[in-house]
This record gives sequence, structure tokens and C-alpha cells, in this order.
Amino acid sequence: MSLMQLVEDKQKRTDIEPFGVGDTVKVHVIIKEGDKERVQIFQGDVIAKRGRGLDATFTVRKISFGIGVEKIFPLHSKSIKKVEIVRSTKVRRAKLYYLRKLKGKAARLREDK
Amino acid sequence: MLEGLIGKKIGITQGFDEQGNAVPLTVIQAGPCTVIQIKSTDKDGYRALQVGFVEGRTVKTQSKAQLGHFKKSGSPLTPVLREFRCDDPGEVKEGDQFFVDIFKVGEKVHVTGTSKGKGFAGVVKRHHFRGGGASHGSMFHRAPGSIGASSYPSRVVRGLRMGGHMGHERVTTRNLVVFQADKDHNLLVLSGAVPGPNGGYILIQKAKKS
Repeated sequence: MSLMQLVEDKQKRTDIEPFGVGDTVKVHVIIKEGDKERVQIFQGDVIAKRGRGLDATFTVRKISFGIGVEKIFPLHSKSIKKVEIVRSTKVRRAKLYYLRKLKGKAARLREDK
Repeated sequence: MLEGLIGKKIGITQGFDEQGNAVPLTVIQAGPCTVIQIKSTDKDGYRALQVGFVEGRTVKTQSKAQLGHFKKSGSPLTPVLREFRCDDPGEVKEGDQFFVDIFKVGEKVHVTGTSKGKGFAGVVKRHHFRGGGASHGSMFHRAPGSIGASSYPSRVVRGLRMGGHMGHERVTTRNLVVFQADKDHNLLVLSGAVPGPNGGYILIQKAKKS
């Protein structure tokens, strides 16, 4: 297995600050347009994390102009510059898919003290 | 020059390329390979390099024929022997060793191996027949259907696609891109899938430039 580990460790991102489900995050995404590069920020709540190793992804949900938008990011992707934690909340579920049915005040998450 | 290596498929994983795209990666233990015999037109009728794949393990039962064959190159017995066609061996000598550094990152290679055996497979899996509906009273599911007419020709046409043994055959996957080549660990990482199970032996050859 050591060869597998060697390859995977090289691909893994260790510089990303650990975050959890329920956290509000700012994902800095590197976007390439031709030979230009710019950073776009996607801010929302982490509603799910799945997968192990290089395969891991996380889902960020936000409400944009009244419409729910979700983006799934590969955790070890090179196009993620950084993940900034805006605030952490206390949640009792690993997957917050119930938020999809809620809106406004009901869709709030309680802050972790 | 030797244009290829013998390798062992270790496993498959995922990585990211420079553009940030996720790519499938096959991890291969490639080489070192020792040249055991140089075949020539005069003696053998064709030109090739016979190479052995040096692994940690040794050959348990050694026959006298084997010992004699390996004696000339002066290298210990290797469990795996393969040949690479080579029109111009150049300065390659018997006993020379080759490592993964013959491959460069970004280069295209062909990989030959024995595919995973699928056993006796039906026509849907083996020949991509469409099959019939699963429900709504359909009584035709995965059967091959008609295999020919009756009184004329009174036989089944030769070569008709039917169920049968599938897999476990020599397969070449072409134009895979070298993602990483590490001589210190005899490690070769290719972007894409390679035939055969993990632990299977494969041949990696440089793709011919077109």
C-alpha cells in the first residue's frame, strides 16, 4: 500500500483549515479565464461532507436573490485557494438536507458558544 | 534503447491536474527491468530485447534451463520475463537495468495487460445488446433473440455474437498520459485506467509518434 499512500499524500491538501458541517464558510475559488486568473468567493453554510481520502467533497448552500444555490467542492481540489470560516454553529445532524425545505427565519443555525 | 518497462498494477486513485480538474490515476510499480537477452535477426529471426522484472521476491523452484538462460546476463532469476521489439538496440548490453526515468511526465504510453475475467457472460454484457423491457408484461429480458432463419440456411452463421467467456484476454489501452514518474520508488502514475486486476503484470510502452 505504500506506493498508493505516496501518490495520495502528494495530492492531498493539508493547508485547508478543518471545518465542520453547519459552519458558514467563504470558499475562495480560483477561476481561470483564458490565461487570466481570478478568485471568486462563494459564501454559505456547509450542509454536508462526504467521502474519504482524495475523493472527499463538501456541499455549501446559500440563498442567492431568494433562490437556494448549492455547490459541491472537492475538498482536495487545486482550484480551491482557501476556505475561510465565518462562524461555527451547533448542529445535531451530519447532513443538513432539511434546510432545503426551510426558508427565512426557520433556516437559521444556532451559533456554537 | 528500451522503449518500455514491465510493471505491476498497484491500484487506482484520484488526483488533480494543473487546471484543477479531477483525473483518475493508476499507480504502477514499474521496473527496474534487467535486459536478459538480446534477440537478433540472424539468430532468432527478429530483433527484440528480452527483459525481466526485478521484484523483491525470488524464484522458488529454479530449473536448470532457467539458470542457464539467466547465467549469460549475469543477473538473478526474475519471475516475469517479457519481450519488447527493438529495431536498434544500440549500446544496450545484457544485464543492463532500466528504470522509470525512461518515461517523462506528459508523455503518452500504451499499456498492455490481461483484463479481468468476467466468466460466462450474456450478450447484453458481452456484446452490448440492448435486451428487452424489464416490466410492463415484457417477456423478453436479456436473451439474445433470433439467431438465424430456419430451413435456409439450416445453420447458424459463423461468427454470430452470442454469450460466452468474457475477459481474461490481452488488452492494450492506448495513449495514456504519464502523470508522475519517480525513480526512487520505481513509481509510475498514469492518468486513466489500465487493464487487469490490482497486482497484475502489465507492459508499458512508449506510444509511437504519429
